[in-house]
Formats: sequence, structure tokens, C-alpha cells
Amino acid sequence: MNATPAIAARARSITKSFGDGNSRIQVLHGVDLDAYESEILMLLGPSGCGKTTLISILAGTLTPDSGEVNVFGEDLHLMKKSAITRFRAKQIGFIFQQFNLIPTITCEENVCVPLLIQGYSMSKALPFARKSLGQVGLGEHMKKRSNQLSGGQQQRVAIARALVHNPRLIICDEPTAALDAENGKMVMELFRELMRQPGRCAIVVTHDHRILPYSDRIATMNDGRILESVPTSQFDFDHHC
Amino acid sequence: MFRLALKMLFGDTAKYLMLVFGVMFSTFLMTQQSSVFCGLMRWTTAILKNAPAPIWVVETEVRQVNQTIAMRDTDLGRVRSVSGVDWAMPLYSGVQNVRLENGSLTVVQLLGIDSTTFAGAPPRMIEGSIESLRQPNAVVVDDLALKRLSPNPAVPLKMGSTFEINDQEARIVGICHAMRSFTGGPFVWTTYERALSYSPQQRKMLSAILVSPAAGKSIDEVAESIEAETGLKAYVNTGFKSSPRDFNTATIFWFVKNTGIPISFGTTVLVGLIVGIAISCQTFYLFVLDNLKHYGALKAMGATNGKLCMMLLTQVSVVGMIGYGIGLLFASIFGMAAIKNTQPPFFMPDIIPLGVLGVIIFICLLASFLGILRVSLLDAAVVFRG
Repeated sequence: MNATPAIAARARSITKSFGDGNSRIQVLHGVDLDAYESEILMLLGPSGCGKTTLISILAGTLTPDSGEVNVFGEDLHLMKKSAITRFRAKQIGFIFQQFNLIPTITCEENVCVPLLIQGYSMSKALPFARKSLGQVGLGEHMKKRSNQLSGGQQQRVAIARALVHNPRLIICDEPTAALDAENGKMVMELFRELMRQPGRCAIVVTHDHRILPYSDRIATMNDGRILESVPTSQFDFDHHC
Repeated sequence: MFRLALKMLFGDTAKYLMLVFGVMFSTFLMTQQSSVFCGLMRWTTAILKNAPAPIWVVETEVRQVNQTIAMRDTDLGRVRSVSGVDWAMPLYSGVQNVRLENGSLTVVQLLGIDSTTFAGAPPRMIEGSIESLRQPNAVVVDDLALKRLSPNPAVPLKMGSTFEINDQEARIVGICHAMRSFTGGPFVWTTYERALSYSPQQRKMLSAILVSPAAGKSIDEVAESIEAETGLKAYVNTGFKSSPRDFNTATIFWFVKNTGIPISFGTTVLVGLIVGIAISCQTFYLFVLDNLKHYGALKAMGATNGKLCMMLLTQVSVVGMIGYGIGLLFASIFGMAAIKNTQPPFFMPDIIPLGVLGVIIFICLLASFLGILRVSLLDAAVVFRG
């Protein structure tokens, strides 16, 4: 008998709209979503369907109009903004579409950022950053600035940065959108490898169907609603791709 | 985070240099112009420094030291009779024509002092002695006169050289150091009687009476007694703003009120302030805008508004300190050159660098305020919006 994995992030009846009056647009219509520990959940859907809004709410960077958000037992919808910020700093790692590495500092210093935010000094943070860069195979590039690296290498630095403080939830926004096919595949293989740590959960927003096989579960969205959320093995690739 | 803030700042070399330049230019302009203004205002009181005396008694209508309204000779006796006066000596002060050896004319500030006590003598002799004024046709000149009164500035006058004041011979028996006058002419000292003979005769010739209070009497107290008993005006010579009766203060305020000098310098200082604000605020705001996505990412990763504000304040403070330091250094170099060359006037009291520092802090706070406002209002979710 298989034990049910623990829930890492849960969204219930989430609604979110932007704008006022006649220009008000309802982006999410009562969304329910579960993401489990030790899995990679990919959110798939057309542009404007509310994927980014949903992960922003799950990451605590956006407040829903209504509904409940629970991440690793913490009710984000009940927490104060400052508490959410602290929670985010410790428990959530981010991988952005455009990497968002600071170009004027070295790769190792970029990887240090989440630790610096938590109050580490640079000298205390650097050993962790070097270890994390070593895990993504960029040990020899740690002194280079990010703009001296290729797109794939920059995204690997971003992965190292997302994992350096050992967060439990990783939020990825189109991690392969700025990469060619080969680099995208390499980055996802590495990501998959690093996500094998128990208790971790990754929620990945993507348009790139080529990376779907690296997921454990796929949720499809349209018009601000979750259409389905199924294990990757049960996903109808022929229908969606 | 501070190190990160500085690396972000230094990494954008063009904007960093532009920011430093803005603060530096502003500091230099405000410090230099304020110091030249103070130097110029100080020059207006040069007679008070070059003919020092605790109390200056002048005609009632005199409002500043360069203004000469002659008094009666008998006024000297009236002042001497006031209780609390230790001594009172006559002073002649006037601008006179000097004919150089080559026939050209120039003007000097002629001071005639009492030949017994030498009250009003220059405070610092470089060569010769003031007592030599008792010799016939003797004058003491300041070091500026050596060049100005020479027909060939490359060959300055020296001890024993002669020139003519209103067609009467004057022979240099002493050289002193003196503060430059507002009119730019050199100072020439001689005895009171000889000064009267050098000058065109008028019914009244006494320009001022130099007074010292008796022991145990305060300067202000004696000045008040002189005014009460003689009806003349008695100023004290104790330094700017040291007393409501101070002649330096009255002179400087007269020039401030009655000439366009403060407006001219004030406008330049204002330009320095505006340029500083414009360059610093605009460049720093652009710097913040350029880095907005990074600040957004930091915010998403859990950096609080407080931490981001501290980063911005660190960046702007470092720029402010470096720009202020370089600007002040350049202003000081200008000042040293001006003092060595004796012009333009330059005087930098402590209040100027402190005041400019205050203005620079204001500029930096204003520049950072716009950035802080932008970053504080930044939605962390913006980082996901591409």
C-alpha cells in the first residue's frame, strides 16, 4: 500500500482580480490546487490563464482576494505581510524566467543573496554558495560575473541561488523560456536531480512541453481555473502537445 | 547587504561617476562661491584689521568703515574726556592718488596714525619698524604696494624706494603684511600730520578716533559712554557678530544690504544646489529604475522594505561622501591658490563646509527618497511578469 505524500502547498477557492470598476478583470476563479512534498508540479496553460498570478499567491508575493493558502502548514492568508516576507526568505526559493542575476557581482555573490537576506555575512555565506555552485557544476565559474556566462550557465547559477538556503518550496517561472533546447534539457536534468531531496516541492510554470516529462504531476489551467491536476504518467500528452 | 549595495553601485561605473560628479560639482560650486563671498565681505573690513583698535569713534552718519565723514578736531578732546577711556588717538583714512616713477597714476588707501603711540599701526611688520615713520616723508606700505606702486611689476619697490602721493614725495621705511582692501588698492601708513599734508585740505579732516578702554572697563560699556557723552557714533572692533555694536558686522551687513553682491553669489550657490539636485536625483533615480528588477527579485526572495531602503541609503551615502570629499578638496585647492595669489578673495569659515555638508545630505536624502519610494511601492510579484 502506497502512503499518501504530505501536502506541501494547498490553495483553496482562490480568487484574484486586477483593476477597478469596468476595467476590473477576474484572473482566478476559485482555484483549488495541491502540491505534494518531493514532487515537481508543472502548471501548464496558455498565456493569460492565471498561472503566474497563482504562483505569485502560492509564493506569498501576491495576496488573493479570497480563499486560503497553506504552505508547509503555514496559513499565508492569515499571516501579516512582514511574517510572509520572513517565511518567503527562509522557505521559498525562486527561479525566474530571465534569471534575475545581478550583473555587477560575481556568481558566488549572486548565490549568496538569499543568505544575505536572512542576515548572514558575506564571509559566512560564501562557503554555502560555493557548495551550491559546485552542485550545479559551476565551481570553476564562481568568480565570474553572470554576464560572462551563457544562458544555460546563468540559469544554473539561478538554480544554485534558489537552493543555497535549502528552501522547501521552489517556485520556477518559465525556467527554460530563455534557453535553447539543449540548455533547457540540461538545466531540467540538473533541476530534477537536485529536487530528489525528500520534503522538497517545486512548482514550475511553463509553456515548454519538452520539459513536461521532468515533472511528477501536471496541472493544466485555462481562464483562471484548474482544468485538471494529474500524475505525469496519466497526462494525455497527445491531447495537450 | 551593504556590500551587495556597494557592488551594485560601483558596478555601474557610468552612473556611479555621474553621481559622484554631480555631488562633487555641487559641493565645489557652493563651497567656492560662498568662500569667495565671505572673502570679499572680509575685505570690506580690511581697514579695521589693518588699523586695529578696540573702539572706533566716527561721525554719527557713518554706517560702515569705508565711509568717511570727517569730524571736528575738537571731537578728539571730547572723546578723551569721557570716563573709562584709556587713550584716544586720531586716524586719517582716505583714498589718495599716487604717481609712479613712469608718470602713471594709481590709488592707495592712506592711513594717518598718531606719531607718538602709533595706534592703528599695521599688526605685522615684515621689514623696517613703525617708529621709522618719524623720519621725513616716511611711509610704511603693505607687500601689495611693492608691486602695485612699481612702474615695472617685475621689479618691485623696496625699502628706500620713493613715489609721490598727490605730488609730494613718500619714502618707504617699512613693509608690512596687510589684508587686501575691498577696492583693491594697497595700504600706505604714515603719521596723522603727514597724512593731512598729503591730502587735499578740507575744513574737517579727522576720519575716526581710535579708542582703548581703561583697565576694568568693558569695550561695550565705554563705547556706550562715548556715544552718550559726545553724541558721536562708537563702534567696537571685536569680530563679526561678537557684539551688536561691532563695526565689522555693521560694515558687512551694509554691503549685503546696499550692493548686489549677495544676490550675485547667492545665485551661483543656488545654481550649485540646483545642479546638484538635478544631476544627483535624476541619476540616482535612473540607477534605481535600471536595477528595479533586481530590487524586485530581492523583494520576492524575502528582502524587507527596510533592508532595501538601507541598501539605497548606503549607496547614496557613499556617493555623497566621495563627491563631497572631492568637491571640498578642489575648493580647498582653489582657496590655497587664491590665498597664495592674494586674489580672488577667499575665506572659508567652518560654517561653510558644515553648511555645504548639510546641503549635500539634503540632496542625497532627496535623491534616495525618490528611489526608496519607488522600491517601497514595488510589488514583489512584478518579478514574475517578465
